[in-house]
Amino acid sequence: MFEFANPKRFMDVSRPLVPWIGGIAAICLAVGCYFALFVVPPERLQGDTVRIMYVHVPAAWVSMMTYGLMALASLFALVNRHPLADIAAREAAPLGAVFTALALITGSIWGKPTWGTYWVWDARLTSFLLLLFLYLGYIALWNAIDDEIRAARAAAVLALVGAVNLPIIVFSVEWWNTLHQGESIMRRGGPSIAQIFLWPLFIMAAGYTLLFLTLWVLRIRTAIMTRAVRMRMSAGFAP
Amino acid sequence: MTQFLDMGGYAPFVWSAYGVTVLGLGAAIIITLRAYARAKAMFVKLPDRKPQ
Repeated sequence: MFEFANPKRFMDVSRPLVPWIGGIAAICLAVGCYFALFVVPPERLQGDTVRIMYVHVPAAWVSMMTYGLMALASLFALVNRHPLADIAAREAAPLGAVFTALALITGSIWGKPTWGTYWVWDARLTSFLLLLFLYLGYIALWNAIDDEIRAARAAAVLALVGAVNLPIIVFSVEWWNTLHQGESIMRRGGPSIAQIFLWPLFIMAAGYTLLFLTLWVLRIRTAIMTRAVRMRMSAGFAP
Repeated sequence: MTQFLDMGGYAPFVWSAYGVTVLGLGAAIIITLRAYARAKAMFVKLPDRKPQ
């Protein structure tokens, strides 16, 4: 872990991995979309709108996973003061914001035909909107403070405080009476969704996760190279 | 084909959800790849290509 957190090592190890992770992500997304749009039958009650699940649920899962990774990297940055951890946390945030926005928008579109409304201030939707604001606040904080070390520290504290929202999102459908349905996949007694609907969802989730990883690694590599160039330029190197 | 596009009468909802997903993820991919290509173009010109 500490070995891997060395920027040079990270560059060497990640370079051959990127095309593979990216390629598998593309295959998963293509196969997943094919099943979601052509193979999965219309659901008994909600008809073809069930197909929205395949772009909504994976986006929501990856949004929360990304925040968890961002908070972990922030903790690592605060405790071990390793600059790569700061970069990893910072570069995850814009991706997390995109997935969160997509989960909110596709969920809203799904809500209209199934619930009769685009939005309702129930606990699940409200805590998920807060997740988007946490990402945006985190990005804004990084940009608001010029001194990079102070910015990193402030942003890391915000990321850790905001992590409290993650269990609230997960358990919101149990703790409060929400219009959003309860947990139907990772629940005691097994999933309450038929197999034919379930496994294309897992393919899409794998595709979303691998796409996020590909973009995250590329963004970290970009940041490492940019910093190397900037340091050399301040030392008199002209490209 | 028309039946497929119609999505059982839910076409506006299904296709807008997929459309916004393609736009959002597509933008994230393009922005990331562009920034990567820009950074790499500068990085490979460094006399000793060692990340700090």
